[in-house]
Amino acid sequence: MELFFEFLTTLKNTVVDVLPILSIILGFQLLVIRKPIPHVKQVGFGFIYVLIGLALFLLGLEKALFPLGKMMAEQLTAPEFIHAGEEVLTAIHWSDYTWVYIFAAAIGFSTTIAEPSLIAVAIKAEEVSGGAINSNSLRISVAIGVAVGIALGSYRIVVGHPIHYYIIAGYVIVVIQTFFCPKLIVPLAYDSGGVTTSTVTVPLVAALGLGLASTIPGRSPLIDGFGLIAFASLFPIISVMGYTQLAEIKSKIVTKKLEKRSKDKIHKRNLNKNNKTP
Amino acid sequence: MFHLYSIKVIALIILRIIFITFFMNNQFFVFFKALLGSCKDLLPIILVIAFFQFAVLQQPMPNVGDILVGLVLVILGLTFFIYGLEMGLFPIGESMAQAFAKKGSISWLLTFAFCLGFGTTVAEPSLIAVAKEAAIVAASGGIIADTIESQRSYANGLRFTVAFAVGFAIVVGVLRILRGWPIQYLILGGYVVVVLITMIAPSWIIGIAYDSGGVTTSTITVPLVTALGVGLASSIKGRNPMIDGFGLIAFASLTPMIFVMIYGMVIN
Repeated sequence: MELFFEFLTTLKNTVVDVLPILSIILGFQLLVIRKPIPHVKQVGFGFIYVLIGLALFLLGLEKALFPLGKMMAEQLTAPEFIHAGEEVLTAIHWSDYTWVYIFAAAIGFSTTIAEPSLIAVAIKAEEVSGGAINSNSLRISVAIGVAVGIALGSYRIVVGHPIHYYIIAGYVIVVIQTFFCPKLIVPLAYDSGGVTTSTVTVPLVAALGLGLASTIPGRSPLIDGFGLIAFASLFPIISVMGYTQLAEIKSKIVTKKLEKRSKDKIHKRNLNKNNKTP
Repeated sequence: MFHLYSIKVIALIILRIIFITFFMNNQFFVFFKALLGSCKDLLPIILVIAFFQFAVLQQPMPNVGDILVGLVLVILGLTFFIYGLEMGLFPIGESMAQAFAKKGSISWLLTFAFCLGFGTTVAEPSLIAVAKEAAIVAASGGIIADTIESQRSYANGLRFTVAFAVGFAIVVGVLRILRGWPIQYLILGGYVVVVLITMIAPSWIIGIAYDSGGVTTSTITVPLVTALGVGLASSIKGRNPMIDGFGLIAFASLTPMIFVMIYGMVIN
């Protein structure tokens, strides 16, 4: 019963969050377009499902995943865990935090797979491309990008480098890749940077950054805690373009092999013919 | 809080919706399949958390009951969300795009684009949270006066800056679809602007500015905006929905960085 109350409160909050969008849509539909919405009943039910789904999703995250994930982020970055049993050295070494990087990558990957807005874009991409882009492989390559990004971002907090060097270096890679990447994928790759970080990823990643920045001597949680999300939205662009580049290279190699094989066959046939003719 | 009667009514409505889903449209199997898909989507998180809890931190799981209930809720929620996405959000986004394309009024379309970007961002909970945090940073760094009043105005300023930036981004993105401009030049140009502004922006704003690009696009905005872009690109002759339809979100996560850094410079 208590759970039901909590659900209703979350549902109410979700509805309040969605109200501006809903009023804009309805306002333009009724005042500017001035036509009835096609399939009104279906669309209405769809909206209700989305709201119920989002409320359930958020409530479940609050109940199960966030407390646990945040606690683990705190425990993994706690000095007692990092320097387990050893005397605490004055200077920290980046390799003391290996488990933190592994956790950052793992949590980045797994939360991205469950990110609803990424699922939405992946479904649309598969539909629009007529199946040429597989929604699961798109999501996995985005998730790999987030994993690398967040691990690298945690490394940056540990060593204390300024953020813009990393981001600018990332931009340079994106620029170079853009020129060599199949044109069809470029807009989707750019989009995938923005969609990765929403409901699931942000709270957990923020907890990780805050934990790291507040336990490492010399880091300020207020300044160094920010910036992980920027990493998580840059690296998917690189990984998605990288994935398509790899796929293209692979298909080129395969077609070359096939061509070679068919050439060999023709060659052999010709040889056989030549042998027979005299 | 809620009245007992209103709870009954809401419970009945929810039951009815579930009933209609399962039995009237004979879509039980579709739903079941979606449920299985959601389980698969959540499996990695469960594995990661279990591995770190038992193998690395070597601690028992605290309040297992709560966690199990929460997991069931997350799985159900994801299923409902995806189900409703294809029934409601995608169709409305695409039908509006087509209606605007047919109407042929560019100014109304751009107004709609701006409203959609601005309206969905200004109320975005994660942005409100980030703006509050940023105000505390600024106050402790001595950038603004350490009073609640000035912190609030700073946070609000940040929020409106980001919301304006997103509205602007969607307008530029829609214009790009209409005109068929190649996306890479616009985005790469944006990167150059980000890099240049980073050099002159005060250092305390940079982390916040970079993060604000990522937090702006919410779970409901993304499907709507994507459907809008794809719908527009497929209803205008000569546009490829794959090349021209995507990319709106990319703009929405780029412009906030620029605008927030400019905001920081103005405050300074």
